[in-house]
Amino acid sequence: MSSVAYKQADYKSDVKPIWCPGCGDYHVLMSFGRAFAQLGLPPEQIAVISGIGCSSRIPAYTNCYGFHGVHGRSLALAAGLKVTRPDLTVVVASGDGDGYSIGGNHFLHACRRNIDMTYVVMDNHIYGMTKGQPSPTTEPEFDTALSPGGTRVRPFHPLVVALASGANFIARCFSGDPNQTADVLAEAIKHPGFSFIEILSPCVTFRPDEKAWKEQVHPAPVTETSDQGKAARRLMTDDGFNIGILYRGTRTPYQPAAGATNIDLSELEKDFEL
Amino acid sequence: MSKTAGAPKVANLNDLLAVAYQIEIDAVDRYKLLADQMETHNNPDLVKIFRDLARAEGIHGEEIRRMAGDFDVAARAREIAKFEKSESPEEADLGSAHYMMTPWHALQLSLAGEERALAYFTSIVENTKDPKVKTLAAELVEEEAEHVQLVHRLLQRYPKPSKNWADDLDPPVSQE
Repeated sequence: MSSVAYKQADYKSDVKPIWCPGCGDYHVLMSFGRAFAQLGLPPEQIAVISGIGCSSRIPAYTNCYGFHGVHGRSLALAAGLKVTRPDLTVVVASGDGDGYSIGGNHFLHACRRNIDMTYVVMDNHIYGMTKGQPSPTTEPEFDTALSPGGTRVRPFHPLVVALASGANFIARCFSGDPNQTADVLAEAIKHPGFSFIEILSPCVTFRPDEKAWKEQVHPAPVTETSDQGKAARRLMTDDGFNIGILYRGTRTPYQPAAGATNIDLSELEKDFEL
Repeated sequence: MSKTAGAPKVANLNDLLAVAYQIEIDAVDRYKLLADQMETHNNPDLVKIFRDLARAEGIHGEEIRRMAGDFDVAARAREIAKFEKSESPEEADLGSAHYMMTPWHALQLSLAGEERALAYFTSIVENTKDPKVKTLAAELVEEEAEHVQLVHRLLQRYPKPSKNWADDLDPPVSQE
C-alpha cells in the first residue's frame, strides 16, 4: 500500500467508454477506481485482466496495466500473471457469458486453485455485446427471438458454484450502489486467495426489465460467515438479490515456489523455432 | 435511506466550503460523462445540454473557490468530502440515462440533483450549532432553491415527451 492519497479519477484512462447510456458497467468502473483509491494502490501495481464482452472492455478504461484477452480465458491469463508477478494486485473482469459459459471451466478451477486474485463478474443475465442471446444466468422463461418461449433451462448459480469449488471470498453487489460495491471490492482485494464478486449490472438495452433491480436488491439478512456449511445453507434460500459479503474463508492461497519461474526464455523459444 | 445518509460531517466554515465545492465538481464530472455518452450515441441535443450543465456547475464551483479566498478548498474536499452511502448530491443518476433521452429527461436528472443538494444544505442549517456555518449553509440553500426554480422554468421550454419517446426505428435487435 502507498502513502500517496489517490482518488478515483487517478485510475481513469483517456479512453471514453462506449457502453450504452444507463449500463450498470459505468458504475462498476467507478467502483474499481474508488476501491483502488481506498486501498491506496498505485495504478502501476494493478493489472486488470478481462475476456470478451461488454464488461471485458473495462481494462481499457483504467490506466492500470491491463489485458483484454480471449473469450472465457481471463482467469487463465490472470492466474499466469499472478503466479509470476505475485507483487501485483490482479483483478479479473468478466461477464455472465464470458465467465460462466465460455469460461465456466476456468471458473471452477480458479476457485479450486485459490490463487490470490479478485474475480469480478458483471452479471446482466444476457449476452449484450452479441445482441441479446440467453446466457447461463438468464431466467428459463425469458423469451428472446433466439429462444422462443425461453430456454427452459435452470440458470447457473454462480455463488453456489464458487462456494462448492473453493473460492475463499464470495460476495454479491449491485452496480447501482457504487460505494458499497467499492467497499466490498476493497475487502475482496485485501482478502488472501481467490475472491469472487458477482455484480448485478443491468443491461438497459436488451434487458430493460432489469431497471427494476434497483428496487429488488436488498441487504442480505444474515452476516458473513467463514463456515462453508452455513454459507451453503444461506444460499439455499437465496433469492438472487441478497447483497453483501456471504463468505470469507481461511484457505491458504496457492503460490508456486519462486524457483519454478526461473526459466531461460531463450530455451523456451527454441521449442517454437520453425 | 435518507437523502443525506453517509454525508460528510461539516465541523466548520471551511469544511462547508470544501463540501459545497466538491458537490459542484462531482456534478461537472458526471455531466461531462453523460455528454460523452450522448456524443458516442449520436444524440447531439443532449450533448449540448449536458455540456451546458457541466459548465454551469463548474462556474458554481469556481464561485465557491473564490469565496474561500486563500483556503485550499480542493485539498480539504479531497480529505473530507466523501458521500459514503450515496452518490454526491448533484451527481445525475447514470442508471436513468438512455441513448434516446430527451432534454426533458436531462432536466429531470438535473432537477433531482438540485433537490438533493437543497436537502443536504437544509439538513446542515437544521443541525449545525456553528452560527457561521448556519449562515453560509442558509445562503447555499437559497442558491440551490434558485437552481430548482431555474430548472422548473427551463422545463417549461421542454414539455414531457410522448410515451413512445424511446421507440427506435432502427433498434438494437435480438439476434434473429
